[in-house]
Amino acid sequence: MRLPYVAGVRLLPGRLVLTAYALILAFPLLWMIVSSFKPTLEVYGRPWSLPSTWRFDNYSKAWEMGVSQYFVNSLFVTAITTAAVLAVAALAAYSLVRLRNWAARLTMLIVMGALVISPQVSIVPLYDLLGRFGLLDTYTAMILPYVAYRLPMAILLIRAVFLEVPRELEEASRLDGCGSLRTFLNVYWPVSAGVLATAAILTIYYTWNEFLFALIFVDSDSLRTIPAGLMAFRDALATDWGVLLAGLTIAAVPVVVVFLLGQRFLIAGITAGSVKG
Amino acid sequence: MRSAGERALDYLFLLPALIFLGVFILYPLAANVGFSFSEFTLGSAEKTFVGLDNYRQLIADPIVWTALTNNVLYALVSVLFQVFIAHILAATVLVVLPSRLAVAARSFFFLPVLLSMTVVAILFTFIFDASDGLLNGLLQAVGLGQLAHPWLGDTTTAIFAVISVSQWQSIGYTMLLFIVSMQNIPTELYEAAALDGAKLLRQYVSITLPQTREMIFVVMVLTVSGAFTVFAEPYILTGGGPGNASQVLATYMYRVGFFQNEMGYASALATLIFVITLVLSVAQATLFRTGKE
Repeated sequence: MRLPYVAGVRLLPGRLVLTAYALILAFPLLWMIVSSFKPTLEVYGRPWSLPSTWRFDNYSKAWEMGVSQYFVNSLFVTAITTAAVLAVAALAAYSLVRLRNWAARLTMLIVMGALVISPQVSIVPLYDLLGRFGLLDTYTAMILPYVAYRLPMAILLIRAVFLEVPRELEEASRLDGCGSLRTFLNVYWPVSAGVLATAAILTIYYTWNEFLFALIFVDSDSLRTIPAGLMAFRDALATDWGVLLAGLTIAAVPVVVVFLLGQRFLIAGITAGSVKG
Repeated sequence: MRSAGERALDYLFLLPALIFLGVFILYPLAANVGFSFSEFTLGSAEKTFVGLDNYRQLIADPIVWTALTNNVLYALVSVLFQVFIAHILAATVLVVLPSRLAVAARSFFFLPVLLSMTVVAILFTFIFDASDGLLNGLLQAVGLGQLAHPWLGDTTTAIFAVISVSQWQSIGYTMLLFIVSMQNIPTELYEAAALDGAKLLRQYVSITLPQTREMIFVVMVLTVSGAFTVFAEPYILTGGGPGNASQVLATYMYRVGFFQNEMGYASALATLIFVITLVLSVAQATLFRTGKE
């Protein structure tokens, strides 16, 4: 990965800059984790030292105080959203490569347009719409818009991979008497594992962290996902800092783990997505 | 050829996606423009047509101008850090670190991006806290106690504190994009330049920059439109305060719509956000294209 233009370059200044930057990033995170084991008084009282006693029960308290519910809600909403995005996007991408006519071109135009529209702009009409369907304050109120706003990215990514499938394979499948759906499952589905994983990770990342819709479309504490729930959690805890920090840590860990497991796909997706965007 | 039934099935597969995009993205966009010409509240179905009243109110509203100024500040600082500095840092990672360490660094610098903005913003309220905050503690510890400051509570510093949190979280994202695009530059270019005696800075200016200009453009568009739609950071850190000092367009729209219950005016603000992001994206695309020739 190293570029060849390093010959004769003094490495130290650059390394110092990167180390300083790494410390600026690491310090708040380390502080959060260490302080999450502290009794409240020590969080601000002795902010630079290790806990005098390690309060592991901060975690069980945070978990019982609602973080477990937010966690389960986030898991549920993220899982359904991701499954729906993949299914809808894969079918659409499949049609787009098969049709290649005015309908496909029109759809591509809509997809490209939708890609650049930010959710903030639609908040009032969406609220109005969900209200008319009686969907406000339900999981569905979050899931439907999440799916819609993730579709353009997923369709573009998956379509790009489907375009690489040789037409002959599809012809052969049809000659074997396979219908549209069978061809999809036999020819396209097998080549799409990588891109589906990429689209899935991008969707998980977005859904797990989405804040605006979760804040506005859902009122009941029992339905809140982690980003909106943590706000209520913070207000409820007021000054129980150790427990609050434990809650933050619990909220952060799953995404970091998914990232470490799926890093390759995420990086592929982010770069592909942004170039096409 | 395919049977009519087969063709029908292809169109059918397209349908779910079109319904989602139409109902939840295109319709709201159009409806929002319509809503912005009327006056209505959350509970009632009644909408009164008021013509351009909401837009007149918008132009005369001093908070809109404060918010817009803050969004512009947000964009300027974000472009400086997330485009220019991130680009230099990305090149630095590739030049000064051995390849295995560079891969690890790339992942490490990306970590903050993975955290929910709620987590990051709540964490930074501890850092910026007026009396016991870590930043003030650190300043006192190194003898700069006179600089200690209620960062989020002061009208002059609040918006900058909020902006700095966004930079802390987002530089890793744009850095990753730059690193990946720099890795795609053919190494022969650098070898040839080195043979011609081009030094590091010269290589950066005449190879790395032009070879990554497409990515720079993409990151620029992402960063600028991100800066004009930002919501979570100011909402969680300051709620737009103190007063309206750190209000941005999205937090103001939220307050107008969901607290003051003036949905028509909120729609006008949303339209303003949309027009700004659209114009800036098109302008940047045009500049990018003319720059290419």
